[in-house]
Order: sequence, then structure tokens, then C-alpha cells
Amino acid sequence: MKSNVTKYGISFTLLIGAMLFAISIGSVSVPILDIVKVIGSEAFRLPVGADVDPMYVSIVYEIRLPRVLLAGLVGASLAIAGAAFQGLLRNPLAEPYILGVSSGASVGAVATLFFGISLPVIGMFTLPFLSIITALATIIIVLYFARKIDRTMRVETIILTGIIFSAFLGSVISLIIALTGDELQQIIGWLLGSVSMRGWSYVGIILPFFIFGSLILLMNTKELNAMSLGEERAQHLGVDVGKRKMLILIAGSILTGAAVAVSGTIGFVGLVIPHLTRKLWGSDHVHLLPLSMIIGASFLILTDLLSRTIISPQVLPVGVITALVGAPVFAIILIKQRRRS
Amino acid sequence: MLLIKNASGGYDGEEIVKNISFSVNEGEFFGILGPNGSGKTTLINMISGLLDLQQGKIEVAGRNIADYSKKELARKIAVLPQLTPQVFPYTVKEMVSLGRYAHHSGLFRSWTKEDEEIVQRVMRQTNILEFADTSVMEHSGGEQQRIFLAQALVQQPKVLLLDEPTNHLDLAYQKELLDLLRKSAKEKGLTVVAILHDLNLASLYCDRLLLMDEGEAKALENPDEVLSEELINSVFDTEVIKQAHSKIAKPQLHLMPSKKTWQAKKLWSIDETNLSFSTEQIVLHSDLPLKTISSGIVGAGIGWYKYFVNRHVDENYYCNDHRKEMRTYLKGRGFPPAQTVGMMTAIVLEDYSYGIYEGNGFSILVVVTASVGNAVDSSRAKPLVGPVAPGTINTWVFVNGSLTEEAFIQATITATEAKAQVLRDLAIQDRKTGTVATGTPTDSILIAATQQGKELDYAGTATELGALIGNAVYQEMKQAISKTLKRKKAAEQG
Repeated sequence: MKSNVTKYGISFTLLIGAMLFAISIGSVSVPILDIVKVIGSEAFRLPVGADVDPMYVSIVYEIRLPRVLLAGLVGASLAIAGAAFQGLLRNPLAEPYILGVSSGASVGAVATLFFGISLPVIGMFTLPFLSIITALATIIIVLYFARKIDRTMRVETIILTGIIFSAFLGSVISLIIALTGDELQQIIGWLLGSVSMRGWSYVGIILPFFIFGSLILLMNTKELNAMSLGEERAQHLGVDVGKRKMLILIAGSILTGAAVAVSGTIGFVGLVIPHLTRKLWGSDHVHLLPLSMIIGASFLILTDLLSRTIISPQVLPVGVITALVGAPVFAIILIKQRRRS
Repeated sequence: MLLIKNASGGYDGEEIVKNISFSVNEGEFFGILGPNGSGKTTLINMISGLLDLQQGKIEVAGRNIADYSKKELARKIAVLPQLTPQVFPYTVKEMVSLGRYAHHSGLFRSWTKEDEEIVQRVMRQTNILEFADTSVMEHSGGEQQRIFLAQALVQQPKVLLLDEPTNHLDLAYQKELLDLLRKSAKEKGLTVVAILHDLNLASLYCDRLLLMDEGEAKALENPDEVLSEELINSVFDTEVIKQAHSKIAKPQLHLMPSKKTWQAKKLWSIDETNLSFSTEQIVLHSDLPLKTISSGIVGAGIGWYKYFVNRHVDENYYCNDHRKEMRTYLKGRGFPPAQTVGMMTAIVLEDYSYGIYEGNGFSILVVVTASVGNAVDSSRAKPLVGPVAPGTINTWVFVNGSLTEEAFIQATITATEAKAQVLRDLAIQDRKTGTVATGTPTDSILIAATQQGKELDYAGTATELGALIGNAVYQEMKQAISKTLKRKKAAEQG
């Protein structure tokens, strides 16, 4: 048993290391000390940035920091939502996309691109806004149907309904793509998932949803522990299962929807990170959720770094890297687990 | 503590539990029995609050369960679930600690010293403290069951509900679990309500039983009343034989296999060809076991045996563990001790006497070895000090017929009366008192029956069987005693 201090210490060190590393590396390398100075002067108004090259300030503060923060927020959102869904659905192979939420968000985004929708006032935020709306609409419809089928809303029913909706919405996306002309490149690019060239505004979009969703989930960690033993058992232990299940599903969907809205579909983070965290530091959701967030953020920051440096100057979609890294890691974990048992 | 009043309930509008009423007292161990599909689990789910009632009400500690919040109810009622496969590798302590959930409220539910103490105490009590930091998944079914029991107990409930808690547990764990539950009920006032599928375990541990059939209460009483042959037969559609536990005052039920599967294909009987004699031992070997009541050294009491051995020992035989010595002796001569009734005698075995007596539709074989050297008048007997000489009058009665238990007892009385009469007719005296003797201090008797053929309900002297036993024992014993007396006389003269 590792102590909690060790668990959080190592995780935070990893996160800060990944952030500094990712900000530092690129077509122009920025010394770590300068990064600290820039962040100090720009974010905290400390008088430390005077001797830093203005180009570095611009690279760090305008380009790389928002990109790294966005990657971190998306990674954290997907990982905590994944951890919560796995516990709730009693399935270590569940992931945020299983309930049709990401498909719902994708439909919103793809439709925005296809129809060239641009809402007044929010303008360029039309896409993330609409995709969060469609994500929420999807989870509400899925839950409504699940309740219609089975009043007690057993987990099995929810998963099945989610799969049906995922398939349906997936075909809607395919339909749109089939009808697409000029917007094809744009739509495919978005679907592959990326955090590049988004800037501070996207950080601003995801942040409120991230805080709201994460807080709700972090307030339900004990309940997740109980519910991962089965819903009946959770009720025996005193959990108000109906209410808590709803809260967790909605919070998870908000997080997933917001992540998809700002970065497209980035797979495997929600699946692999909670699994890995559980292997490293135990199943107790009280710690599993926050630790998954930290490790998920670090993971996506590093994979994003890989995506823009590996065949530089070309940029790979980060979704491709997470899948390329995530799938083999996952396979190795599974094999090791099998061997041990 | 628990009151169920006209409760009905089920799933999807279907009524599975129908109008059940009962109450359970604090500290009571209450059992629910019934065949599959009789509504036991539905009833438990109604009590635990998983399933809403369609009608009636359920009260815990004087308050309707519908008026409790989920957490409040979990502080009153805990459930030990049937084992289900685990998905996540929680540690044992994490798993047990989850039971404290209902005692925490508000956003800042910190783990208190009290929580820790309760968890530690319960883990010690359920014997899982030593592996507190290991993963639940590493443990056997029995250990996992103890972990979940600990989880339920740290809820500090007033009522503990159990759904077939001994499922998948081996014998030792079943007993251990039920012992622990009974102890908690009696010492800590925990009210235990358990669905049990093993009727005999239910009899041993439960104060009262509810027998359910098709959603209705068929019986609600103490185990002696509920576990009657008629009730069990009608509810489970299975023939059972009820008997008392041999050590404690609780009934036990014996299953009756279908007659075809265990009864001998054709009638068989015991006769003199089953006997063999040597100077060392007299043996009767039966191919099939005989139901026997005896006072031997090995295989005494009631049981089923195939080998019957009357062994000659020296007059000065002494051994401080003669049972063990006898077992060793039997094993050494190829008699499995578990299937053998063994007796001892100091007399010369050639002085045996036996005979077959035919009755109407049955027959008996009587074998006697007898000496009356230290005969005693039982009405004036005093306890002997020091080692007791080995048995002297050993009477065996084999009946080719089917006897009731009372017939076995009556046969013992009849044979003993016949023995006393032989001693009186031969004017054998108790040397210490000068009165007529009734036997010797270490006599043994054995009544065995094939338990097939004619049904013989009684064996008192007024019945044909009793008359035949009395007559036969009298004849054979008289002859056997005469033989020993003659040998003694010859020895004295010679």
C-alpha cells in the first residue's frame, strides 16, 4: 500500500513535468526557466518576465500554454468521466463514449460544419456550444428511453440503449459525410480529434463544464464505490441509487460532451487511464477519480506533444496517437492481468 | 423489532408474496424456508426496501420502512447478499469500510476514529483482519462471504437479512458463519432473518421458522412444529423422516430416496450360514447392513452394520482404552470398524449356543454366549470399584423382518426378561447377597433386523415376534449356561 501522499505527489510531479516539457518543446525550444517566468509575469503579474525574449512570451503564452491547458482539461475530463462510468456500469471496459454521448456531440459538431451554422453573438463558439447541447440532449433521450423500457433503469438497460443510440447517431454522421462536398476535410479532421490551434477561447469554453462536471463526480466517489458492487448492494448500504445514478450520468455526459466539443473524438483516454490508475493506485473511487484526472491530463498533454513533433512540421491528429499508444498499452495490461490470474 | 403486516408484493404488478404477516423479536434468529419460487427472496427484498409493497406495511423499530430515508434504513437493516463476482480489486479493508457509508452525512464525511474502531473490531470478529490489505478478489468464496458479512456488520444494523448465506460455502464455513450469527443474535441483540435452504441447519440455528409456499405463509412456529414430516412432505413434495438430533434437542430431517434406488431387488435373510465360529471370535457377516441396536464396545447404539463380532479375551484382559484396542483388533482381522458391532467375552467360545426360530412370515436367529461366575441381582446391585471384568452374557437376536423403533426397544426388554428367567430357573445366585441373580455386571445385547419382509410393529411378549424372541432367548441361553457350568464342573473335578 502506497500512501496517499506518494500517489498524489508522483501524479502531480508527472503533470507539472508534462506541462513544462510540452510547453518547452516544439519548432522553437523554450528554456524551462523562461516558461516559469512567462507564466509568472503573465498569469500572476509578477515582475519576473522582463528579460525574456518577447518571441518566447508569445509562443508560450499565446500558443503553447493554451494548447497544453486544453489538452490537459480534455484528458482530465475524459479520464474522470471514464472512471465514473466504469464504476457506475460495473465494467472496467466501459468508456465515456458508450452511452452515445460522444456520438451525440459529434452529430452537433458535424452538423454545424456541414450546414455552416453560425449563431449570432457566440459566433465561432457555435460548434462547441451546439455539440455540448446535442451531447446533453442525447443523454437525456437515452435515459428517457431506458426508463421507458425498464422503470428501475438497470445498468444493462442503459448500456444497451446507449449502444443503440451510438449506432444510430454514428450512421447519421456517416450520412452527413456521404453528402459532404467541400467540408469533407474539415469534418474528417474534426472527427479525428485535435487540440491544436484552438487558443484560450476553447479553454474558456471547456473550463466551466469541466469544473461543474468534475465537482459533481468528486462529490459522488463514495457512492461510486458502493454502486460498483451492484445497484442492489449500493441500496443496501444506504445509497439513494436512483438520484446518484442520474447525477453521475449527467455529470459524465457534460464532461464528455464538452471534451468532444472542443477537441473532436479522442478515443482510449477514458478507457485506458482509469484502468491504468486503478492498477497503479487501487480501486477506491475516492482517490481513483482525482488521480485519473491528473494522469489523464498528463497523458493527453504528452500524446499531443508527440502528435505535433513526431513527423514535424506535419501535425498528426492527437486521437490517432491516443489510439496508437492506448490500444497496445491496454493489450499489455490485459495480457499481464491474465497471466497473473 | 421487525413487524410485517398483511404484506403483499412482487415485480411488474404481479403478486408474488401474498398477504404475509409476522413479527420478529430483538435478538431472535428467524428462518425463512420454502421451495424455489415460493417468494422468499421477494419477501427479503421487500423488507430491505429494494421492492415497494403492493399492500400492507413493514415496520422496523416501530416505524414504517417507507418513512425512512435510504441512509436511515441502512442504519437499521443490513443485508448479507449472495456471492456475486467482483469487478474491481478493492482491498478487504476498503470493502468493509464501505459499510460505514450510511453513518456519514454531508459533503465533508471524514473518516472518524469511531469508524476506524468499528471496522477494526468487526474485522477481528469475522477473522479477516489478517488480510485487511489484500485484494478481495484473491480470496475464496468463504472468505469473501466473511468480508461481506463484516461490511454488513459495520453498518451496525438492528436487523440483518440473509439470502441463503451458506450457498457455495463448505461445511466448516457454513457452521462458522451460522455460529457467528447466532452469537451476535444472542449476545448483541442482533435480529437475524435468514433464508435457508438446508432444513437441518435451519432447525439447528433458528428460534422460529416461516415456511412459505406459493407466496403464502404455510407455517410460522418453532422448528419442531414447522419441520414436521407432513408439512415438509406437502410443501416440498418430498418424503422425509424426522428424527431428533442425537446431541441437542432439535429435530433433523432425513431425506428418503426413491425406494427403487436403494431397496434390495429380492428378499434375503440371515441364517446360520452367515455365522462362523473359532476359539478367538464368533462372527456374523451380513452382505447388506442390518439396522441394529446394541450395547457393544464398538458400534454401540443405533446404526446400520454388516459385521457382528463377539471376541474372546483373557479373563485378566485389561486395557485403559479398550475401545481403541478393539478397533485395532477388528481392523487387523479385516472388519471395517465403521460397519462392525464388536463385543468381548471372557468365556470359552465353544460354549456358545444358537438356533433359528420360524415365525409366521418372519424368522429369528439367536446366538448366546454366557457364563454366570459373577452373577448379580440387579435389584440389590452396587457399583463395582476397579476394573470391570469383560462381558459374560452376550445375547444376539437377528430378525428377518422389518421392525419399528419401538419394536427394537421391546425386543430388548423381552430378551432381557427371558435372560432373568433362565437365571432364576437355574437357581443362579448373587454371591454377595445370596438372592437370585438377574444377570452379570457386563452383559451385552444386540437386536438387529434386515428391515425388509414382514412389518413387525411391536415385540412385546403379547406379540408373535415377542413370544418367539422370549422363547428362543430362553432356550439358547439355558443351553449356553449349561455348557459353561458343565465345563467348569469338569475342570474342578479334573
